[in-house]
Parts: sequence; structure tokens; C-alpha cells
Amino acid sequence: MAGTGLVFVGYVLLHMYGNLKLLAGEEAFNTYAEHLRTIGEPMLPHGGLLWAIRVVLVLSLVGHAYAAYSLWSRAGSARRTKYAAVKTASRTAWMRWGGTFILLFVVWHLLQFTILKFSVNGDKQGADVTQNPYELVVASFQVPWNTLIYVLALVALAFHLSHGTFSAQQTLGLTGDAGAYRRAKVVGHALAAVVVVGFLIPPLSILFGLIT
Amino acid sequence: MNLTLKIWRQAGPRHRGELKTYKVSDISPDMSFLEMLDVLNEQLNAAGEEPVAFDSDCREGICGMCGLMISGHAHGPEKTTTCQLHMRSFSDGDVITVEPWRADAFPVIKDLVVDRGSFDRIIQAGGYVSVNTGAAPDAHATPVPKANADRAFVAAECIGCGACVAACPNASAMLFMGAKVTHLSELPQGQPERMARVVSMVEQHDEEGFGGCTNVGACSQACPKGIPQDVISTLNKDLRSALRA
Amino acid sequence: MTTTNDTVNAGIAHGLYTEGEGLADTKAPEGPIAGKWTQRQFDAALVNPANRRKLDVIIVGTGLAGGSAAATLGEAGYNVKVFCFQDTPRRAHSIAAQGGINAAKNYKEDGDSVHRLFYDTVKGGDYRSRETNVYRLAEVSANIIDQCVAQGVPFAREYGGLLDNRSFGGVQVSRTFYARGQTGQQLLIGAYQALERQVAAGTVQQFTRHEMLELVVSDGRARGIVARDLVTGDIETHTADAVVLASGGYGNVFFLSTNAMGSNVTASWRAHRKGAYMANPCYTQIHPTCIPVSGEHQSKLTLMSESLRNDGRIWVPKDRDDCDKDPRQIPEEDRDYYLERIYPSFGNLVPRDIASRQAKNVCDEGRGVGPLVGDFRRGVYLDFTDAISRMGRAAVEAKYGNLFDMYERITGENPYEMPMRIYPAVHYVMGGLWVDYDLQSTIPGLFVTGEANFSDHGANRLGASALMQGLADGYFVLPNTIRDYLAKGPFEPLQPDDPAVADAQRSVEERTERLLAINGERSVDSFHRELGNIMWEYCGMERSEEGLLKAIDLIRGLREEFWRNVRVLGAADTLNQSLEKAGRVADFLELGELMCIDALHRRESCGGHFRAESQTEDGEALRHDDEFLYVAAWEFGGDEGEPGEVGQPVLHKEDLVYEAIELKQRSYK
Ligand SMILES: Cc1cc2nc3c(=O)[nH]c(=O)nc-3n(C[C@H](O)[C@H](O)[C@H](O)COP(=O)(O)OP(=O)(O)OC[C@H]3O[C@@H](n4cnc5c(N)ncnc54)[C@H](O)[C@@H]3O)c2cc1C
Ligand code: HEM
Ligand code: HEM
Ligand code: SF4
Ligand code: F3S
Ligand code: FES
Repeated sequence: MAGTGLVFVGYVLLHMYGNLKLLAGEEAFNTYAEHLRTIGEPMLPHGGLLWAIRVVLVLSLVGHAYAAYSLWSRAGSARRTKYAAVKTASRTAWMRWGGTFILLFVVWHLLQFTILKFSVNGDKQGADVTQNPYELVVASFQVPWNTLIYVLALVALAFHLSHGTFSAQQTLGLTGDAGAYRRAKVVGHALAAVVVVGFLIPPLSILFGLIT
Repeated sequence: MNLTLKIWRQAGPRHRGELKTYKVSDISPDMSFLEMLDVLNEQLNAAGEEPVAFDSDCREGICGMCGLMISGHAHGPEKTTTCQLHMRSFSDGDVITVEPWRADAFPVIKDLVVDRGSFDRIIQAGGYVSVNTGAAPDAHATPVPKANADRAFVAAECIGCGACVAACPNASAMLFMGAKVTHLSELPQGQPERMARVVSMVEQHDEEGFGGCTNVGACSQACPKGIPQDVISTLNKDLRSALRA
Repeated sequence: MTTTNDTVNAGIAHGLYTEGEGLADTKAPEGPIAGKWTQRQFDAALVNPANRRKLDVIIVGTGLAGGSAAATLGEAGYNVKVFCFQDTPRRAHSIAAQGGINAAKNYKEDGDSVHRLFYDTVKGGDYRSRETNVYRLAEVSANIIDQCVAQGVPFAREYGGLLDNRSFGGVQVSRTFYARGQTGQQLLIGAYQALERQVAAGTVQQFTRHEMLELVVSDGRARGIVARDLVTGDIETHTADAVVLASGGYGNVFFLSTNAMGSNVTASWRAHRKGAYMANPCYTQIHPTCIPVSGEHQSKLTLMSESLRNDGRIWVPKDRDDCDKDPRQIPEEDRDYYLERIYPSFGNLVPRDIASRQAKNVCDEGRGVGPLVGDFRRGVYLDFTDAISRMGRAAVEAKYGNLFDMYERITGENPYEMPMRIYPAVHYVMGGLWVDYDLQSTIPGLFVTGEANFSDHGANRLGASALMQGLADGYFVLPNTIRDYLAKGPFEPLQPDDPAVADAQRSVEERTERLLAINGERSVDSFHRELGNIMWEYCGMERSEEGLLKAIDLIRGLREEFWRNVRVLGAADTLNQSLEKAGRVADFLELGELMCIDALHRRESCGGHFRAESQTEDGEALRHDDEFLYVAAWEFGGDEGEPGEVGQPVLHKEDLVYEAIELKQRSYK
């Protein structure tokens, strides 16, 4: 769980960095997207690294989700009779339902940007939009409801990461005294903040017309 | 003050239980929560209804025998044991729900009384130092650095009440187990069996049907002795080293 | 000086008891005191390791005394069964001890030694304990610390990593080992873990939520117990080659005490009824620094460490009209710092019994403080105002912060602002089943350890020495002495239809049925509370002939009513806490009478036993060594017809001989 979670963290940070290139303009962003596919050539085939990352991500996702859902079901059988009065809006619910929401979001996101590559923007259709990563992103985030999905997903992701980052350190046994424990909590919150802000800058800039 | 109590009544392990509503009046704020239940029980006894069964012994917060889920909080709203919770923490007219600890590894025996024998079995799996009586060297033969001694002490304060399990959304006993592992791992006396201990305690924990820990931290918040969540980290670390070896 | 040298004892005169033959310990070997224990260990027969598995030992109790014994006997390879009424062995009331445990380690190089610990304990006990037992206790004390440290007990340590010691209870050397305010807990967890290790190894079987309700005696030997499984209600008989009682103290006869709710006399009392003598039952220790009773519904009293008396000043208003005023409004000249006034040299640090009795005196004069409970205010101020201005609040907080917090949690008052209120409470009983040097009772095969026996503390116990005794008995003494008895075994197995077994089992079943059948008007607790009031009033801090005679009458009346009018609801075949309590209270009702008879017959004041008739001109306790230098061991008087009707007990005296220590009268003026 911790290992796969940390793979995601690494990927998310990388991806966020890439997205921020949107701010640098079409050229920079598309070069970057292309660069992703050419990196390591000729040692690796075209798109090799990207595929490697994809394989790791898929395996991690399967492992992560499997672990998450089996802990979930184990928790269910560890307490078959529920409390009549429990007020705690528990972190578990955030992790589990939040995680599930992120999963659904990722499916949507991939369909939109990598697998099908379609535009939800009625004004901008056609291959020169969908086959140009920069154009596709800009077109998509000019649509408020689509942006809203991303905002919600990122809020869920922030919660998931702020706890998940701390949790992974705890699981790995890195928080074995009061000081390390406090630091782990801070790292979690900080990472979550960076991720929300970092990811949301491009879509919101687009939505509010700062990027066109 | 006057209160409405909704109390879990269950005749035996295999019976169905339900919340029943009772009223108590003229409760003094200086009473402990359990003394308030004593008053209810006297009232029930006089009315010919069997008193509510609940556990307590020392009534001073140290034996770990008491433990009730009070309106959704393990040991009630204060950070203390149920026996040390006083009625001044409630207000006149409150409706209070009282339930037993809920975990399949803590089956209900009757009303609010549960069986925490699984904790004993976790300790049996390795929560000790193997030293026979009479085999000990002089106490000063093994100095212990103050920092380790202090952390061992903090962990050793666990009273085995089970509130951590009751509060954990996963019904995991990781805090209880982490406390014991940390207590012994911090001391030189605990080193020889350190790796074997953590592995077999964790195996026993899982076999008892406790849930897995997802580092939620509700356990530590409910713990009347303030056992910190970082003991779980120590357990995880020991477990990883043990599994690697 | 008032003395009471009338020739016929009031108890005999009123037909309350008869006197039987004297009693002596035959197990302590001859020779100088320092060599006796080594000699006894050598003389005691050995049991071949291969035979140990065939020998069954039952241990009732998992406190320091029982838990340590069960673990040690298990390690030795005997087949052990251990019982406790709580849900796990770790909850025995030893867990509540705060202060510490004594040991003659002399780690501070301040002149401590086995002999000094021995001397202090005998003197502290007001010369009413047996020299040989106390000497041995001091001798093995050092091993206890070694054993506990090896188990991982986290005693307080200094920066250099070595163990810290403090001085405790007015003793002049620092020999008390401690683990913050939780020494009992840490020691008990150590013993518990050692015990669980043996459970895992299969040498010990543990029976939790089981209550011993009868002793099985066959052919004059203790051969087993009858216990009720408190969950299913099953009445089970367990047989063995020897039985050990480590069932703790009976302070709960007073209803309110610092003991746990479940602490009881049942195990001891059932053995007493089967022939084990009860020694010095009236010796009770009343602790001066407890949180006072706050109301009618109080279920127990909480102790606060005695160390508070080091810096707090104890006072009450001079004028009873000031008693309900805010103490901060009472000017200095209207306060009576009575301990400092009466005992200028010891002041607030006088021994427990004196501090307690003086608190009672000022409250009896109507100068107590705090809420009215009944028509009385039971409390005196323990004031840290001076300490706070002298040392600064931070220093007070560092030293006593956790105690202040505990006080605030229980009372809702902030002791940094308002003086605390304290009052004495029953805390420990020195009396218990009579045992010889081998810790064997008058029933062969029945051994008694820990607070349940009478052996080491005489008429008063020093702080931090009960934990020492419990562990000394369990780890080191009993395992060595019991083998001398077990070497004679294994005894003929008892069959379930053996009359000794069948009778014991039937009597428990009948008693259970009878308690459930009465279906009267009053709850068990109401009887217990009333008994407690009688005991506290007449057999508490100060006792008099008149009061004790009255108490005996009242107790008999109450006992009669109990068996006619108690209401115990629920069934026998399930968890039934009222039924459990009823059985315990029934036994307390018999014990209470014996305590009063014992207190009545001992017309001297010694240690925790203060007879109004035996005091010096200025009100101090006065011993009568010429008449009372003995242990009073009581034999049960037999049942007479109706339940609760018991015959006259028989007094057997064991003379106390002081060879190593000279007898002196205590003085704290
Ligand atoms: C609040 C408090 C503070 C104290 N502080 C100190 C201190 O600082 N230093 C010190 O030296 N001493 C102290 N003492 C005294 C000391 O703690 C006790 O005397 C000692 O721990 C008694 O140990 P024990 O093993 O004899 O009995 P306990 O620990 O009381 O154990 C009794 C055992 O017997 C079992 N039992 C009893 N009856 C039955 C039955 N009928 N059937 C089955 N099982 C039964 C119980 O389940 C329990 O396991 C303190 C006592 C109290 C109450
Ligand atoms: C399929 C969707 C997902 C689900 C169902 C899910 C669920 C969970 C659950 C239940 C936990 C355990 C709770 C805990 O440890 O506190 C968890 C932990 C974690 N998750 Fe996710 N998650 C998902 C996706 C993600 C993603 C996309 C990331 C990162 C971007 C992520 C990062 C983490 C991290 C770092 C942890 C902590 C691991 C640990 O405690 O050892 N998760 N997740
Ligand atoms: C505002 C936010 C985001 C934007 C603008 C964005 C944009 C993109 C784009 C343009 C691609 C296609 C890249 C390519 O194929 O070259 C992509 C792929 C991807 N994104 Fe995002 N993304 C965002 C948020 C996220 C989030 C929050 C996650 C995960 C939790 C995520 C996970 C992925 C994944 C897994 C891929 C597929 C990579 C691959 O294998 O090709 N994205 N994203
Ligand atoms: S860790 Fe805390 S909550 Fe859990 S059993 Fe120990 S004392 Fe109770
Ligand atoms: S609440 Fe439960 S999930 Fe782990 S951190 Fe505590 S055991
Ligand atoms: S009754 Fe002992 S901790 Fe509450």
C-alpha cells in the first residue's frame, strides 16, 4: 500500500510539473509531451519510458486498489455489529470513498486525454484540437462543468495525499518518535497543498481566460 | 440533573440485543459515570428489572477493566477512562447512548460487558521477556539511556482497556500491540526476542480477527493513557526488519 | 496513664469467643536469624523435575503475589491452574499501587542494609510481626528488583541510565524503587507477562472471570477449590495437590475504601470456615491522604500519594462556624495547623495512623470542611499556598502536577487556587489468614501469600512494603517452601463423587440458589453500605469497648436481615453481577463481626489499631507488651442452623519472640 501510494505521489508530482508547462505556452507544452515519448531513445524504443511508466502505474493501481479494498472488507468483518451512535466523520471514509472517486476520475481523465482524446468543448472540435495536446487541454478547461470535475478530484486527492503521505511514512516505520511523527504530518499537509495549487493553476487560468 | 439513557441490553452472547431507554434523575455532577449507572441499577433492582451488566474494578483509571462507548466516544467525551469520567461533563437533559465496545475480536458477553481475552492471547504470542525467576543479573548490570527508558515507559502505560480497538474504524488492535512492542523494543532486555516477538504477535492479532491498521489515529485520540500513534510506526519498522531477515 | 488490666476480657465476658490452645510456627529453623532462610531452602525437600508435571497446584489470585507465584511454579514445571475474577490477570488490584517498592539494595550508599530494612519494618509494624518472616522479606528484597528489571519493568532511571531511588513514608534511607506514580501497574504487568509466557508454554492454565467460592478439604488436606464461571454460571470443581490463596485484602468490608470494587474476602473466608485460622483481622491501615467522600452515591475512594504531605500544610478552621467559608477568606490566625501544633518536630509528616486519627478528631469536633455528608463534614485542608509562594508554581507543578490533575478531575476543583481537601480512608489490611514460615496455613496444603496472609507487617505496614511482600512471596519464598509439601505428593486423585468434592460443590450450589430465592426488598449494595458504616464508625480509626459491642449487635442484626430480605435478581446460569456481590457481602457480614471481636479482645493500642481505653495522657497509642505480645489467630466457630448464624470463634495465641530487635514504645512527639 505504502509503496504503490508513493509511486503515485512521485507520478503526480512529475505530472504536475509537466502540466505547469501549459503556462509556458503551446510550444513548450507540446515539446514536453513529445519529449516524454522520445526520452531515452535510441536505447529505448519510441514511447518506451512512457510505456514503462504506464506499466508501473497500472500495476501499482491494481496493487493499491486491491490492498485498499481488502483492508476495507477486513474492517467490515472485524466489526460486524455497528455502533448506533458514532459521530466521527472518519478519515477512513475520506480515504476509501475519496480513493474510489479518484479512481473514477482517472478513468474519465484518461478517456478524455489519452485513450479516446475527445473534446467536451462544443466550439472546439476536430483533429487539430484533439490531436494537439495543448489545444485539447485548453479546449477542455474552457468548459466549466469539466473544470469542476477536476477541482473536486483534486480536493479529494489533496485529502487522500495529506493523510496518505503521512500514512505511508508511518507504515514504513519512519515516524518512530514524537518529532518524526509531527514532521510526517507536516509533510503530508504540505504535499497536499502543493498538489492542489500546482494542478489547479493551469485549468483555472484557462477557465478564467488567462490562457487561450 | 436529569438524563435519558439509551443503553444496549443483551441477555447473552447468542441473544439479540437492543437499545433500551431509561430515565435517571437527581444525578449529581460530582458522580462518576459508573456511579450514575449504579444509581440506575439500584432503581432497576427496586423495580424488579435486572440491573445493567458493565465491567469495572479499580474505578481509578488504572486497571483497564471499565470501558463503554458513550454517545459514540470510547470512554466518553473526555480523554480518560469511563470510571474517571464525571457527570459534570454532561448537561441536564442530555440523551446519552451507551454501547459496548464493538469488535468481533471482543464478543459481547452480556449488556455492556465484552470478552477481551484476545488481548491476553496477543501477549501470550510474545509480549514478554523470556527470563526465568532467579536467573536475573544485578539490576545495575544493564544501564538504560534515559531517552529509551522514558519512551519505554510511555508505551508501558497501556492499561489494556481496548478503547483503541473500539474507536478504530478498522477495529484494529495496532495501538495496543504497538505499545507492547515499543515498550520492549526500547529496552536492552527486549532485544534478543525483538524480531520473533513482533512477527508472532502480529500473526496472533490477525488470527483473532482484528482489522488492519490504516493509520487513522482515532485509537490514539481515544486512548485514556495517551499512547502515541508513533508506537505503531515502531511496530511497523520492527516487522519490516523481521520479515526481511 | 490509663491501663485496662481487668482480668476477664470483655469478649469472653460477653460470650463472644473462647480461648483455645496456643499456636507456634514450627518451620523456621534454629540458629541465627541471618542464616535461617538459607537453611530452610536447604532443608526443604526437592521435587525431581520429571515429577513436577504430575503435581497440580491451584493458585487463586493473579496480583503480585499470585501472578508471580504462578509464573515461577510454571517455569519450574509444575502443572498450574490460576484463577481470577477479572477478565484478565493483569487487572488484579496490585495494579493500583502508586508509590513504590522497597528493597535493601543500598544503591545510594546511605547506610541501608538487610538488617535496617528488617528493623524498620518490625518497628513500623509496632512490634506485632514475626521476626523470622520479616527478616527473610528484607533478605530477598534485592532479588525482586533484579528480577523485575530483567523482565523489562521500566523503573525510573537517572541520566546515567541507572535506577533511581527515593525515600518514602518518613524512612531515613532512599530504598524505594518506583515507576512514576504507577509502580504497582508496572510490576504487575511484569508478572503478568511472565505468567502469559507460561500459559503459552502450556505449564499454566488460566481461568479468568472465575470466582473461588469454596475450598475442598479431604483427609485434612487442601485438595482443590469450587469456582463459579462468572460468564456461564457453571459451578466447577478443580482438584490439585496444593492450593495457594493470593486473593488480596478485605478492606472492602468498610464498603468505601481504596480497594477495587471486586476486592473481597470470599476466598480467604471460605478457607477460614474450612479450618484455616484468621490472624489479627482487626489490623487495618487507614491512609490519611485520600480524596474525601463527596456524596451518598460514592462507590469508592481514591488515594493520593503520601508525598503530598512533604510540602502541603494540613489545617482546619479554629472555629466551627468558619467551616463552610471559602478557605481563602479565613485569615491565618483563625486556622489550626493541628499536626504542626501537636507534633512540632514531625509536623505534617507523622506516620499514617497518627495523621489519620487526628483528622478524624478535628472532624468529630465539628471542624471538618467540605460538603456535608449526612450531618458531618469529612475533610481537612491540604494547602499548597505556602509551597507555591516558596517554591514557585512551576516547581510545585513539576513535583505534584499529576496528583493535582487527578484531584481536579475527580473533584472539579483546581488545587493551585483552592486548598485541596483530604480525608483518611481504609487502604490496606495487615490481618489475614495465619501462615507459618513456609506460608502454609493451618490446613496442610493450603498456602497463603500477599495481602491475604497476615505475615509481615504486624499492626501497621510501612509504605512501599506490600508490593515487596507480594513479590517476595510469589517469586522467591513460596516456590521454595511449597516444594517441601509437594515432595510428599502426588496425592491420591479425588474422584468427582468423593464426599469432600460433592459436599463442597453442593454447598456452593445451594448457597447460590438460596441467594436468588430470597427475593426480598433490599439491594445487596444497601446492605454493604450499611455494614461499611458500622465498621467505619465503630471499628475504624478509633475503637472502644462500648462501640465494638454495639457494632457486633448491629452486624448480627444486619446479617439476619440479609438472609431474609436481600433482593438478587437474574439467574444463576449467566453473568450475574448482583449474585457475585451478594456472595461477597454475605462473607463480609461474617468477617465484620470477627474483626470487631478481635478489636474488642485486644485492649491495647498498637499500629493501626487504636483503642480509646489504651492511650497515654496526651492521647497517643499505648501498647501493652506484657499482655498482648502475640498474634491472635481465630478458628471458625462453626455454622449454627440458619445461614449467617455462626458459633463462637476460638482464639489461639502465637507468642511473638523478639531476639534480634529490642522492643520499644513508639514516639513521634
Ligand atoms: C490504591 C492503593 C495504593 C497502594 N500503593 C502501594 C504502594 O505504593 N506500595 C506498596 O507497597 N503497596 C501499596 N498498596 C498495597 C498493595 O498494592 C497491595 O497490598 C498488594 O498489591 C496486594 O497484592 P496481592 O497480590 O496480595 O492481591 P491483589 O493484587 O489484590 O490480587 C488479588 C487477586 O485475587 C483474585 N481473587 C480475589 N478473590 C478471588 C476469588 N474469590 N476467586 C478468584 N480470584 C479471586 C483477584 O482476581 C486478584 O487477581 C496500595 C494499595 C492500594 C489499594
Ligand atoms: C484507485 C483509487 C484509490 C483507492 C481506492 C485508494 C484507497 C486508499 C486506501 C484505502 C488507502 C489506505 C488508507 C491509509 O493508508 O490511510 C490508501 C493509501 C494511500 N493512497 Fe490511495 N487510493 C487510491 C488512489 C490513490 C492515488 C491516485 C494516490 C496518489 C496519487 C494514492 C496515494 C496513496 C498513498 C500515498 C497512500 C498511503 C499508503 C500507506 O498508508 O501505506 N492513492 N489509498
Ligand atoms: C489539472 C489537472 C490535469 C491536467 C491538465 C492533466 C493533463 C493531462 C494530459 C494532457 C495528459 C495526456 C498526456 C499525454 O498523453 O501526453 C494526461 C495524462 C495522464 N494524467 Fe493527467 N492531468 C491532470 C490531472 C491529473 C491527475 C489529478 C491525475 C491522477 C490522479 C492524472 C493522471 C494522469 C495519467 C495517469 C495520465 C496518463 C499518462 C499516460 O500514461 O499517458 N492527471 N493528463
Ligand atoms: S493503547 Fe490505550 S486505548 Fe489501547 S488498550 Fe492500551 S490504554 Fe487502552
Ligand atoms: S485508529 Fe485504527 S487504523 Fe490504525 S492508527 Fe489507530 S489502529
Ligand atoms: S475501573 Fe479500572 S480503569 Fe476504570
